[in-house]
Order: sequence, then structure tokens, then C-alpha cells
Amino acid sequence: MIGYLFISPQVIGFLTFIIGPVIAIFVLSLFKYNLLVGKYSFIGLENYRVIFTQDPLFWKSVRNTLVFTGGIVPLNIIIALTLSLLLYRQAVGMVFFRTIYFTPVVTSTVAWAIVMTFFLQDKSGTINQFLALFGIHGPNWLYDPNWAMAALIATRSFKNVGLNMIIFLAALQGLPREHVEASMVDGATTLQAVRYIIIPYLASTLLLVTIITVIGALNLFDYILLMTQGGPGNSTMVLAYYVFYSAFKEYEFGYACAIAVVQFLIGVILTVIQWSLRRRLSENEV
Amino acid sequence: MKSNRSAGRILLVRKWLSRGLLYLVLIVFTIPFIYPFLWMFSSAFKNMSEVFKFPPTLIPTTLNLQNFTAVWQYVPFGINYLNSLYIAVLVTLGTLFISSLAGYAFARIPFKFSALIFMVLLTAMMMPDEVTIVPNFLFMSALHFLDSHIPLIIIPILGSSGVLATFIMRQTYLNLPKEIEDAAMLDGLGRFGIYWRIAIPMATPALAAVAILTFLTSWNLYLQPLIYLTKRNLWTLPLALTGITDEYGNPIWNVQFAATTMAVLPILILYFAAQRKVVESFSLSGTKG
Repeated sequence: MIGYLFISPQVIGFLTFIIGPVIAIFVLSLFKYNLLVGKYSFIGLENYRVIFTQDPLFWKSVRNTLVFTGGIVPLNIIIALTLSLLLYRQAVGMVFFRTIYFTPVVTSTVAWAIVMTFFLQDKSGTINQFLALFGIHGPNWLYDPNWAMAALIATRSFKNVGLNMIIFLAALQGLPREHVEASMVDGATTLQAVRYIIIPYLASTLLLVTIITVIGALNLFDYILLMTQGGPGNSTMVLAYYVFYSAFKEYEFGYACAIAVVQFLIGVILTVIQWSLRRRLSENEV
Repeated sequence: MKSNRSAGRILLVRKWLSRGLLYLVLIVFTIPFIYPFLWMFSSAFKNMSEVFKFPPTLIPTTLNLQNFTAVWQYVPFGINYLNSLYIAVLVTLGTLFISSLAGYAFARIPFKFSALIFMVLLTAMMMPDEVTIVPNFLFMSALHFLDSHIPLIIIPILGSSGVLATFIMRQTYLNLPKEIEDAAMLDGLGRFGIYWRIAIPMATPALAAVAILTFLTSWNLYLQPLIYLTKRNLWTLPLALTGITDEYGNPIWNVQFAATTMAVLPILILYFAAQRKVVESFSLSGTKG
């Protein structure tokens, strides 16, 4: 009995703030509910019909979410893997460099977004001034529909890549160094050692990091609100931001909940994939 | 003999060269991670024209300390600071208590459906706040908690970040020896007594990790304060940072950087002082990212 007592605050909180709201988005998605008008009417699956057949912005946000995910996942993993491979050896200063690369993770998204917004300005932005030294005329990153998403991908990558880096570093601690060194003595180049020994060794970690990064990418929100508000021309409108936009800018709460249901279901599918992969991997390791 | 020695020398030179190259690459890589902060700190002291100067000056040529006081013209920054601080402290204390209680029970007290309940709880860790934000907002609004700090305190403690903490605490107790607790139980100490007097002190490293993660998450939270708070006096730091704009909504850069510096610097100092512990805490939460 005492066990239930001990877990009860957590379980009650879970029911109130997670399960309750999840049920609520399914129910509310069946209503037309405008907070400003203040009344709600049951409209069945009408919200979903509109979303899937009459709302180009929804499809655009799905597409943009995929573009963001498709961009940030490889970029994040390549940077994280590179940094961890540079850092995992026993040498002076490695902890110092790890500390530096991890710094943005502990600081606030808002602070990071403010500085990046400055760097990414048109003519007076640091990045374009730097490019101008080489005669390159950089775009107005955050106001150019072709470049805004790329700018956001880079911004979030450097903020969060430290997290993936420490996961890789932890996995590399167990790497049998003799194998790598033996292969080098046999004449393998560093790249070959990475390709044929280290990458296969990290396979399960790579998969895990990929899925974590995908799930994180689907929840992109803060940077959109802070840096582009979905613009220019909705080129950075993503699912998570579209939920917020429908609810708190257009006050269409029923519609927002229907989009949230779609987002929820995508998340569930990915989580199930992650768990089954993880189970399979841990069975292999044991 | 001679050729052997020169071959050895070549190897040595190659080793030094590759070491040098390694450090060069490592140093170049620090730029995107640390330059934004260095630039933010230095620009906090600049006047507006120097902020835009190119090449950028990392050591400001003038010291405009009034940037720091000007922050108060836009937002009640001291109050915002205290708001963030007391909310983060309460969230941390609440999370420590509730997650250690639940984590201990899941690891140590046998009860029916324990494993099943734990599995179901874990689903919360994958639930993005954006999915639950609308119902939670309507719920808090119905309870007249809008424009109060209550949602920012109770939802993190009881919601998905609390579950992450419970997960960490359960793992910890699964790996700690049980013998002392068994002895205490023979001595007649009740379950709560064992939890409070023995289990809690044993788990201090994990509790510290949970405290670091929880405090930072609360301190940096942006979406939730944004929808729950409209009055500037109630704002937390991340909101205050976005509030330093002219009447058209354009940022007053140097003042904004002064405010950002004041918000970020204490966290960075603590991070550099305890970097090993902080990084370790984040690797415990590796499932979330």
C-alpha cells in the first residue's frame, strides 16, 4: 500500500497534466471552439477534413517539418560524431574542449536566438560581413524564404549538438583502442579506421541518437517564435508552431487541437519504433 | 643504424604534426560554440555604432555601463530575475521530493502493477509540451491561474520533466546496495523513515544531477511563461530578454546584450565551476534531447 502512496503525487500529476490533456486534444479536436467568441459547437471530424483537404498551410508545415528534420539530423550527427572522435582520446585539454562545445546546451534558447538573430542580419550581420571579406554577398538569412530554414537548422545544431556529442563520447569509452591501433599499424588510414571499426562499433548508439534527434526536431518551436514567426512567406511554418499559431494567434483552439492530435500520433509512432529498436539492441548486447 | 634513427625522428615529427593539427582543429571548432557568448558579453558594453562595427571588436573600446541600467527602462529586470530564481528553486525542490519518492518506490517497494505503471509513466518523457499546451492552458485558465506563477511551478514538477527525474532516481536506487535499508527495517524504522533518513542521503549524487537538470530547464523555459504570463511584473528572465525593443518591436541590441549577459553569465560561471557534474547530469538524461 505504501508503494502507491509514494508514487501517488507523480501518478496524479501524470493523469492531470499528461493523460488528461491528451484525451482533451482528441475531444476538443471535434469542436469548433474560438476563445474570443467563447462558445463551442460539436462539428465531428470537420476540423480534420479541413486540415487534410483544404488547408495548404498544414501541408506546408508538414513539409517544412520534414525539411527541418532532414537537415538537422545529419548535420547534428556529423558534427557530434566528429567532435566526439576528436575528443575521445586521452590527451591534455580534452575536458576543456568538451566543456566549451557543451556550453550552449546549458544556456537559454532565448539568449542564443538573440545573438544568432544579430549574426544572421542582412548587411550588418556578422556572418554576411565575414562572407563579404571573400566577396560573397550573403542572403538576408532570416528574411529569405530559401535560406531561413537553413539558418534555423544551423542555429539549433550548434546549440544542441553537445548533447549528442556526450552520448557518443560515453559510447566511445568502451571502444577497444587496441583494435583501432592495430588497424593503423596494418596501414589503415584514420578515415578507414573510422569507417570500418568505429562506425560499426557505434551502430546502436547512432541509431538511438538519430531517433532522439528526429523526435526533438519534430518539436521545433522556440526558434521559430523567436527568430522568424513562421515566415518569410510561411517558409518556416512547422507543425509545433502551427499548433501554437492556431491557438494563441488565431484563437481557434479546436483546430489547434486537431493539429496537435496529428503531431501526437507522429510522435507515438516514432517512440514505438525507438522502443522496439532499443529492445532489440539491448537483447543483442546481452 | 643511422637510417633507423632518422626514421624514428620522422615518426616523432609526424606524431607532433598530427597532435598540432588535432589541437588546431579543436580550436577552430570552438568558434561557433563560444564566440556568440564572447561577442554578447563584449557588446553589452558597447555603444550602438560599435555593435555594428566591422571587423567586430571583441574588447570594447568604450565602457557603456549605462547599457546595464538602461535594461530597467524596458522591463522590471530585477523582479524578472527574482521571479525566475524563486520559480526555479521551487520547481527543483518539488521535483527532488516527488521524483525521489516515486523513484525509490518503483525500485525498492514491491507492489502490484509497479512495472506497468512505470512503463506508462515513461511515455510522458516523449510527450512534447506543444501537444499538451492547449488543454493545459484552458485548464489553468478555468482555475484562474493565468497571470500567476502557479502553472510554471506545478506543471514541470508533476508533468513530463518530473517523470524524467523519477526515471533517473529509479535507476539510481536499482544500482544502490539494499543492505543498510534492510538493517534499518529490522531496527523498526518505517518506510518513510528509511526513505528520508537512509535512501535520500545515499542518493545525493543523483539528486544533485536531477537538481541541475531541473533548475536549468525551469530557468530557460520560454513557451510556458509566454502563454501564461502577460504582466511584465510577472515575467521570467527569458521573456524579459525578448521585451527589450523599441516601439516597433526592433531590438535595442546593446541593452538587450547587457540583459542577456546578466541572465547568462551566472549560469556559465556555475557551469564552468562544476562542468564535470553538469555534463554527467545531462548524459543521465540522454534519452531526452
